[in-house]
Order: sequence, then structure tokens, then C-alpha cells
Amino acid sequence: MTNTEIYDKLKAAFGDKIGDWHEQTGSEYMKKTSSYADVADTGYIRDVCLFLRDEPELEFDSLLLLSSLDNGDKTLSVVYHLESKAKKQYFALKVTVPENNANVPSVTSVWAHANWQEREAWDMMGINFTDHPDMRRILLDEDWVGHPLRKEYKQPEFYRGMKVPY
Amino acid sequence: MLSTPSSVLNAMTEVLERKMQTMPVPVKVVPAEKVEPNRIRTEEMVLNIGPQHPSTHGVLRLEAVLDGELVIDVVPFLGYLHRCFEKHAEAMTYPQVTPYVDRMDYLASMNGEHGYALAVEKMMGIEVPEKVEFIRVLFAELQRIASHLVAVGTFGLDTGAFTPFLYCFRDREDILEMFEKTCGARLLYNYIWVGGLSHDLHPDVIGMCRAFVKKNRATHKEINDLLTFNKIFVERTANIGILKPDVAINGGASGPMLRGSGVKWDLRRDDPYSIYDRFEFEVPVGTGMMGVVGDCFDRHWVRMCEWEQSLNIIEQILEKFPQDDKTDVQKAVPKRIKPGIGEIYARTETPRGELGYYIASKDGINPWRVKVRSPAFVNLSLLPIISRGYLMADLIIILGSIDIVLGEVDR
Repeated sequence: MTNTEIYDKLKAAFGDKIGDWHEQTGSEYMKKTSSYADVADTGYIRDVCLFLRDEPELEFDSLLLLSSLDNGDKTLSVVYHLESKAKKQYFALKVTVPENNANVPSVTSVWAHANWQEREAWDMMGINFTDHPDMRRILLDEDWVGHPLRKEYKQPEFYRGMKVPY
Repeated sequence: MLSTPSSVLNAMTEVLERKMQTMPVPVKVVPAEKVEPNRIRTEEMVLNIGPQHPSTHGVLRLEAVLDGELVIDVVPFLGYLHRCFEKHAEAMTYPQVTPYVDRMDYLASMNGEHGYALAVEKMMGIEVPEKVEFIRVLFAELQRIASHLVAVGTFGLDTGAFTPFLYCFRDREDILEMFEKTCGARLLYNYIWVGGLSHDLHPDVIGMCRAFVKKNRATHKEINDLLTFNKIFVERTANIGILKPDVAINGGASGPMLRGSGVKWDLRRDDPYSIYDRFEFEVPVGTGMMGVVGDCFDRHWVRMCEWEQSLNIIEQILEKFPQDDKTDVQKAVPKRIKPGIGEIYARTETPRGELGYYIASKDGINPWRVKVRSPAFVNLSLLPIISRGYLMADLIIILGSIDIVLGEVDR
């Protein structure tokens, strides 16, 4: 099935909880792997993922990547790249949340891979995943303040009493 | 030997008999069934396998919760080598990111650079000349062999085999010499640029490569004899760290970790990029040869077979190589890289697994966001699941079989 067919199937199942289809212009490769569907209702992302994983025609058994994105206009996005190893098809989803209330349901119960990827998204971008079994920082120290990959992040002056030189 | 005179023997016997009469009666041994099971109190101990440790393959901290020697749980702590690659990439221009990409997976830099160049080229729609593709695939396969040599050598070290390590490094020197002749560096090359290469292939390299392939096949057999089929090695690695295929797929494993569990998935075969569809090679999977499917021996076996398959691919490349092609390798390198608005996720098969680059760009010469899906990071997240219930010594073996490189895990 192509991307657009999967999008139609998803839209038929979930109605207006799924937003628009964004197709990448450019090479065929980009169109195939990186065109994404917006999930308009953030609360339903776990149900959408369960549908994509369990539906026999779709069978998206692997989460390839879960990345966070700062859109620059006070919103954050989480992008999910999915792959079906059984049926060799791709799909991508995107969820957008406002910066000051960045809460997204966790998909750890759907794919175990999401566990560490969501911890990294919390660590770097400050997106809080609700119902995550182990929400704590993974790459930075536990007492680090701030989320570095946000565009307005500023280096702290002092860290544990030491002056940050640069 | 002088025989003891009988008078001395008699005297000794008398002394012993007297001693036996005054010795206390030995305590009767209580049979095992009569001992109360809760009489022995045990507690769980948290052991910190600290960031500095020769067997953690880098700066990785593991907190192992042990019951005696049994591992109850392992919690990895990362971040000791975090160098803010993703934030830096947002401040650099697209070509300037390439040296940073080298330093992430420093044992397989060519494969990492290849993936990044592929991602940006697909975003811009650049087609590279055929000669460039051949050189890229040749170096990617040589780098795969070099990385597997380190993996196999250090895995042997983890089990206590000191000899194969240096045999592997001896062969690795030949590969690094070829790289040094071409681009000047042994480990961190900055060679595969977006749209081409930094230098043309050195004229000596093809001849060196032919000699290397012959020599390396002998080393492959030698390492198999020394290490893979060694009884001690087999007993230490079989039936340890079993990863079931559905757990592997759901957990995102890739590379030898996934293929060791019996799943036949190789990006060079199932999602071909560059010119991999022109070469014939097999995809080895673990079959539970010495134990159960998905144990540490299977992952090691997959690496050994992949090493051999890479040698086959290199032989095919050397046959088909366009020798008299005089195209400039920098012909397709664009003067300014401005991909426009868009996102891409592009991936390649590195020695550790699926390395993916998610690049989002808004109009500009700097990438807006570069996220790296590093295979070692994802494979390491499976460590707690596969090491519960084994002994402490097995935990080190399991960690060695995952083949992590901390530069890639932490970025």
C-alpha cells in the first residue's frame, strides 16, 4: 500500500482526529519516507499507533524513530516514523503541542523502542509524555536545568557552582 | 626413595591412635531436606559498574542489582560522552556537519558519513557520478570489516581470549593504511562529502585491496579456528542473553542484534541505497547453532559471516570498478546547499545496525533540526531485558555482544 492509501484508511477509521496529509516535494525517496499525517487530536496518538500496529493490512511492527522538533513559533512537534518489516511500507505521523503545555501520551505500550526515545525527547526538548514508565533525563545530568534543543535555550551561567566558560 | 624403618612407622601409628582417642566426635551432617530454607538471609546488592571500566566499551555506567551473582536488574546510565551534536548541527552549514558526524560512531566513520551525505543528497535531488558511488561502497564495506574486526577482537577480550584481539588489529592496520593513502586520516576521515568525495581514490589502493582480500580470508579462517569454535568461548557465549525475535522487532533492534535473533532484515537488501542492488551477497542470520536462537554466540556468528560477505562484495566491486573513469569526484558537489523547506528520514546499514538521519530544514543554509537514530543507542536499551537472570560475568559478555560505541549512543 502506498502512503496515501494508508492515510485514507486511517482517516476512514478515525475521522477528524487525523489532520492533513503533508507530502514532501522533491525526490521520490523523500515522498515515500518522510511525508506525514498530522494527528490533530493529540490525546488519540496512542490509539492511532495501536491501530497502525494491529490492523492486519498495515502491520506497522517497528517504530523507526521518534524525534522532537521545535517549530519556532512557540509550538513543539513529535514526529513518529513507522515501518512495517512484514509488508515493507512506511508511514510518518506528526503531533504538535504548544510549548508551555507540552503533554503527549506515551506510545511505550505500543512499541518498547519508544521508551528511550521519549526520555530523550523529554531531556532535550521538554516534551512530557504522560503514562511513561520511567520519565527522567537520559543524556544530561538529573539536576540540569533547561531543555537544550529548544530554540530559545540559553547556556546557564553557573552549574553546581562552576562558571560555564563559553 | 628411602623406605621408612619399621620402628619409626610403629611409633607414628601409636601417636596417631592416641590422638584419635582424644579427638572430639565429628558432628553428624544434617541431610539437606532438614535445613530450613529461610534460615539464610540474603539481600540485593547494587553494584556500580562505573564509567571507567575496561569492559564497558567506552564510558557507560551500569547499575547492576545483584542477588549474589545473579543479575536481577541492570540500569544503564548514559551521557558521559554527550557532546551536543544535534545542537551544534543547527549552528553549522550542511557541509560543516560532516566532521561532527565522523565523531559519533568513530569506529565506522565512513558508514556514518555515507548516511548523512545520502540524506542531504536525497533532499536536494543531487545525483552523484557512478565512480563516486563505487568508491563510497568500497570504503563502506572496508569500514564494515574494520569495525567487525574491533567488535570480534574486543568480544574475545571480554571472554578472556587475548590472542585474537591483536590478530584482528593487525589486519585492521592494512585497511587503515588504505584509508590514509586516500584521504590522509586513519579514523576520522571527513571524506564522503555531500555530492561527492574530498579526494579521488589513490592509484595504489586497488592493488592493496586485492592483496588485502586474499590475506584477510586467511585471517577470517584463523579467527574462526581460534575463537569461534573454541570450546571455552562457545560455553561462555551459548545460551546467554537470548533475545527473542518479536521482542527485537518491537524494541527497535537492528543490525547483527536483529539478525542474530533469526530475523532476515538487512537494509542493503530490503531497502537498497547507493549501488548495493548490483552486488550479490547473502544475509546471514542466527540459527541457534551452538545454543538457542538469539544468544550471544549467534550475534558473534552473524558478525563473522558478515565479515566474509563484505569480502565477497569487495571482490565484486574490484571486478566492476570503472578503472579508466576520469570524472572529477567533486563534480556534483554543490556550491551552496540550501535544500528549501522539507524533512527527510534517510537510513543506511552500518556495522551496528540502522543509522538514520532525520533532517528538517526551513529555508536556510543551516539545518533546522538533525536527529540521529543511532543503532547502538537503541540496541543498548534492550540490555536490561536480555540480561535478567544471568550471572554477573555473563552480563559483561552480553554487553560485549551488543557491540556499542559510546560516541554514537551519547552523540
